[in-house]
Amino acid sequence: MANVLIFADHDGGKVAKTAAELASFAKRGGTPIAVLLTDSSQADSLASQLANTDIESVLAVENSDFAKHGIPALVDALAQVIEAKKPDAVLIPSTARGKEIAGRLAVRINSGIITDAIDVTPDFGTTQSVFGGSFTVSAKVKTGIPVITVRPSSIEASTTSNTPAVEKLNVTVSDKAKLVTISNVQPAVKGGRPELTEAKIVISGGRGTNGDFTQVEAMADLLGAAVGASRAATDAGWYPHTHQVGQTGKTVSPQLYMACGISGAIQHRAGMQTSKNIVAINKDPEAPIFDLADFGVVGDLFAVLPQAREAIQAKRS
Amino acid sequence: MKIAICVKQVPDSWAEKKMVNGVLDRNGVDAVLNDLDEYAIEEALRVVEPLNEGKETPEHIITLISMGPERATEAIRKGLSMGADSGVLVSDAALAGSDAIATSKVLAEVISKGGFDLVFCGTESTDARMSVVPAMLAERLGWAQLTFAGSVKVDAANSSVEIARMTESGVETMSATFPCVISVIEKINEPRYPSFKGIMAAKKKVIETKSLADVGVSSAEVGSSGAWSSVVDASARPPRDKGIKVEDSGDGGTKLADYLAEKRLV
Ligand SMILES: Cc1cc2nc3c(=O)[nH]c(=O)nc-3n(C[C@H](O)[C@H](O)[C@H](O)COP(=O)(O)OP(=O)(O)OC[C@H]3O[C@@H](n4cnc5c(N)ncnc54)[C@H](O)[C@@H]3O)c2cc1C
Ligand SMILES: Nc1ncnc2c1ncn2[C@@H]1O[C@H](COP(=O)(O)O)[C@@H](O)[C@H]1O
Repeated sequence: MANVLIFADHDGGKVAKTAAELASFAKRGGTPIAVLLTDSSQADSLASQLANTDIESVLAVENSDFAKHGIPALVDALAQVIEAKKPDAVLIPSTARGKEIAGRLAVRINSGIITDAIDVTPDFGTTQSVFGGSFTVSAKVKTGIPVITVRPSSIEASTTSNTPAVEKLNVTVSDKAKLVTISNVQPAVKGGRPELTEAKIVISGGRGTNGDFTQVEAMADLLGAAVGASRAATDAGWYPHTHQVGQTGKTVSPQLYMACGISGAIQHRAGMQTSKNIVAINKDPEAPIFDLADFGVVGDLFAVLPQAREAIQAKRS
Repeated sequence: MKIAICVKQVPDSWAEKKMVNGVLDRNGVDAVLNDLDEYAIEEALRVVEPLNEGKETPEHIITLISMGPERATEAIRKGLSMGADSGVLVSDAALAGSDAIATSKVLAEVISKGGFDLVFCGTESTDARMSVVPAMLAERLGWAQLTFAGSVKVDAANSSVEIARMTESGVETMSATFPCVISVIEKINEPRYPSFKGIMAAKKKVIETKSLADVGVSSAEVGSSGAWSSVVDASARPPRDKGIKVEDSGDGGTKLADYLAEKRLV
C-alpha cells in the first residue's frame, strides 16, 4: 500500500483545515501520514487536532530552528522524513508558503512538482484549472516522488473516528538552511469571520466602497461569509492585504462570490472567476465584472446591499 | 554590488490564452514583460540609484536574466529602458516546454557564473503562476531565500538585507547576508514608465544571447521531454452562461435577494 505524506500546516496553535483535506485526497491512493513540524513542544496538542480525519498516523518533529529560519529548515526536515519513510507521494497545501516549500523540496529530492491542483486521483494524477479557469488540465509527475500542492477547499474532508498514532522524530537542520534569520512575526489578524479560502461565500469590496466596508461586512455577517477586497481597496489601506483576492492575492472558488464596487480587472478575476455563482453590484453598466456575473445589479452598493439584507431577513423569518 | 533580476516574457494578461498539445500557445498573442517582474526591476533600481549617484561609471550594476524564445529580448529591452544595465537571454529550441525545475536549473547556472550578490525576482509569472522559481533558485544556489518581500532594505556596506515577508499568514521580518534571492510582491513600489531618454539609452545596451551549451546544461534535462511532470490532457472550459443583469430602480436589492434565494444561497 502506498504511503502518502501530508504537510500538516499550522499557525503554532491550530492545525490548518487543509491537513484533513489533503488526507482525504491521499486516502484515494494510499495511507495518509501527516508530518507536523513545530518549533515548540506543541506536537501532541497539534496532533490531537488531527483526530477524526483520514490521517492514519502522525510524524512529529519539534525543533526551534523552524521558527528561527523558516522554509529552508522545514525543507531539511521534510527531506529527512522522506528519506526515512520513503513515501509514494507528498501533498502540500497550495499557499504561498506551501508552494515555496514544495518547490525547494522537489529540487532537493529530484522530483517533479505540480502546483495548484484542485483534484488528485488514486495514482497521483492531478487536475488544475489554469489561465483564469479557461482551461482544465490533467497532469502527472513523471520523475521521482510526486510533490503536489493542492488548493485549499478543493474537497470536503471526510470525518472518521481515527485517532492517529504519533511518532516523534529528530532531524538535523543544516547550516545551509540557517542563512535567514526571522526576527519578528506578526500573524494575520483573524476576525470572527471564516477564512477567505475556506469560506463557502465571499463578499468583496473594491474602490466603490470608498473606504466604507460596513455594508460589505454586514452582508458577510448575515450570510456567514468571508470578506474579500480588491487591490485598490487593500492598497488604499481600507482592508488588510491578507484579504486581497486576485492574481497577487488569494484565489477563492466559493459557492457564491459577491463583488461590490469592483470593476473586474483581469488581475482581480484571476482570483475569483472559478467561483460557482458570481454576483456583481456596480454603478457602471459597462464594468467588465458584469461579463462574468451570473447576476448583476447596476446600482449603488450603498442602496442595494442594505435592501438585499432586509429582503433576505424577511425571507428567513 | 552586482544584482541580477530574473525577468520573464509572458502573454499579455488580457490576451485570450490557448493550449496546444498541453502547452501554452505563445504564438499569436501579444507578449509583455511579466508585470510582477517590473516591481523587481523598480526595487533593484531604487537600491542602486542612490549608491551610484554622482559616479562617473556606475559601481552597482543590474543585469536582467531571462530564459525564453528569441523575442524575449523585447521584454529585456523594456527592463533596460527602465534603467537596468545589461541583459542575458538564454534561448534554445530545446528549451521549449520546460518546467519550473528546468527553468530554475538554467537560471541558476547563469547566476552562479555571474558573481552576483543579489538576485531579484517577481513573486509569480502571470502565465505559469507557480510562485516557485525564486525558492528553487535559492535551493539550487544555496543562497539565502528572502521571498514575498513587501519592503526591502539593502545595507550595501554590511552586505546584508532585511525584508518584510508579506503572505496570507501575516508579516515576518527576516534578514540575511549576501548572496540572497529576493522576490517582491506588487505592494512594494510603483514601477516607473520608461522615459524617452531611457528608451533611447536602452537601444545601446547589450543583450547577450546564450545557448544551452553556453550555459552548460544538457538538452536532456530541459524542454518538454526533460520535464519531470507533464500535461496528460487539456480542455477548454465551456464559456459561462450569460448572466442576468438588472438595473436598480429602487428594487435592485430585493431582486438580488430573490436570485440568492432561488439559488438556495441564503
Ligand atoms: C501586478 C498587478 C497585480 C495585481 N493584483 C491584483 C489582485 O490580486 N487583486 C486585485 O483585485 N487587483 C489586482 N491588481 C489591480 C487591478 O488591475 C485593478 O486595479 C483593481 O482590481 C481595481 O480594483 P477595483 O475594482 O476595486 O477598483 P476600480 O477599477 O477603480 O473599480 C471600482 C468600481 O466601483 C464602481 N463603483 C464606484 N462607486 C460605487 C458604488 N457606490 N456602488 C457600486 N459600484 C461603485 C465603479 O463603477 C468601478 O467599476 C493588480 C495589478 C497589477 C498591475
Ligand atoms: N523563464 C524565466 N526567465 C526568467 N525569470 C523567470 C522565468 N520564469 C520565472 N522567472 C522568475 O521567477 C518568478 C516566479 O515565476 P513562477 O515561479 O513561474 O511563478 C518570476 O517573477 C521571474 O522573476
